[in-house]
Amino acid sequence: MKILVAVKRVIDFNVKVRVKADRSGVETANVKMSMNPFDEIAVEEAVRLKEKGVAAEVIAVSMGPQSCQETIRTALALGADRGIHVNTDIELQPLAVAKLLASIIKREQPSLAILGKQAIDDDCNQTGQMLAGLLGWAQGTFISKLAIEGAEAEITREVDGGLEVLRLNLPAVLTTDLRLNEPRYATLPNIMKAKKKPIETLSPADLGVDASPRLSTLKVDEPPKRQGGKMVQSTAELVEKLRSEAKVI
Amino acid sequence: MGVLVLGEHDNNSLKPATLNTVTAACAISPDVTLLIAGSGCRAAAEAAAKIVGIARVLLADAAHLAHGLPENLAAVIAKLAPGFSHVLAPATTFGKNVTPRAAALLDTAQVSDVIAIESPDTFVRPIYAGNARATVKSAEAIKFLTVRATAFAAAAAVGGQAPIEVVGDTVDLGLTRFMRQELSKSERPELTAARIVISGGRGMQSGENFKLIEQLADKLGAAVGASRAAVDAGFVPNDYQVGQTGKIVAPDLYVAVGISGAIQHLAGMKDSKVIVAINKDGEAPIFQIADYGLVGDLFKALPEFIAELDKPR
Repeated sequence: MKILVAVKRVIDFNVKVRVKADRSGVETANVKMSMNPFDEIAVEEAVRLKEKGVAAEVIAVSMGPQSCQETIRTALALGADRGIHVNTDIELQPLAVAKLLASIIKREQPSLAILGKQAIDDDCNQTGQMLAGLLGWAQGTFISKLAIEGAEAEITREVDGGLEVLRLNLPAVLTTDLRLNEPRYATLPNIMKAKKKPIETLSPADLGVDASPRLSTLKVDEPPKRQGGKMVQSTAELVEKLRSEAKVI
Repeated sequence: MGVLVLGEHDNNSLKPATLNTVTAACAISPDVTLLIAGSGCRAAAEAAAKIVGIARVLLADAAHLAHGLPENLAAVIAKLAPGFSHVLAPATTFGKNVTPRAAALLDTAQVSDVIAIESPDTFVRPIYAGNARATVKSAEAIKFLTVRATAFAAAAAVGGQAPIEVVGDTVDLGLTRFMRQELSKSERPELTAARIVISGGRGMQSGENFKLIEQLADKLGAAVGASRAAVDAGFVPNDYQVGQTGKIVAPDLYVAVGISGAIQHLAGMKDSKVIVAINKDGEAPIFQIADYGLVGDLFKALPEFIAELDKPR
């Protein structure tokens, strides 16, 4: 089977983001960018399925400006076979990404699309669910376990109360949670090999999708700051303060 | 054109986040309809009808709507939604799973994790793990929102008397089969609704040591939470995780024990009223946001904390 994984270029999870002075967004100039951590888990899972002989080909898709090709190269270095880059400078929102992916999926006919459950920049947690809806496919979100058995996938989902096990008809859309796997690091030989792997470049128009944004961001600001830093010297003092000062116990 | 709220329930009773979502809906329109979909869920619909502020309850009761399977449920929502100006769901794993699918079926964008309603078309939501807030305007004919429960008060659960209308004619797409669930059983309050939360991190060193956290929690009638590090290490189950990608909590008192305070964890608890941090590393970032910090060995501090609560006042 063929597996499609979607990878997003985001500000690295270790970077403390700063809101721009004009409140139009956050500072992205000279900031370290990385693959969205949940998408790394998606790539890892697809590559493992290939290594087990379950999948024949892994295609990594990214969307956005030219620099997204670096993110695709990372996926290729981790073991994906080829890349597709939807090149556009317009702001892509989850519905547009889902439509673009759906269009690619109609061309490529994979049995499985694996996405991260959310991107750590916009924290939307929408794209996989939207994609499944557009395709009319089964969806398995927030998964921590996956087994492919014939024409079905058995998945374990992380839900608010604990875990839930479902069987999905294939083809299906899956979104990864943190504990699905631990992604490998790309080795130098694999990084070199990845440079030779093909990346196809398409535009939203090639895919017949109007990708223009539906939501407009009026402003981005900082949340109110907490005043912390008060220290106590003992548990006795702590309990006393919680009782008489904070009055919470 | 009123607001449709997707109710979260276990067939018999409503999940608390439903009540917070109703409050958000009432801030948009006085005409709020609550959808209860499930299998054998009339009792939940009857509970929903008592919520103050609800104009009517829609009950979709069918075997194929059991367990909140998103494929069948999204189809129900997408069919009903065109009669409403807004569709709201709690931003829980249930709401996050089904709502975007329903929105996409209607070619509509969604606004996730709304923390404030500025006007019927303008909403505030956290981005970058809560390090920034975006004010977003939607021009969609139907506005799909998921609502962060901690940002809205709970609507009164009793006092209302809304009529219940049955929604028939729902479809089984047959895409997914429910096999089983493994739910954490606990006598303690639910993490997202608790007044006090005691959380442990990597510093707890083992699952066994979480007993200290549990003892303190039971002494205070608190829920138990954890950082991602503690969950990844297998100390506690996944549903304990507080943070950007886990649960969002905002209790009156949050006690972080052996948690250094990565931004991803802070994203899940920094709206708590009072934060206490206990950590042996005085440089840990958690102290920068804690109202009360105690630098010390948690294996000494936790038993002392418990003993202190036992002392006559």
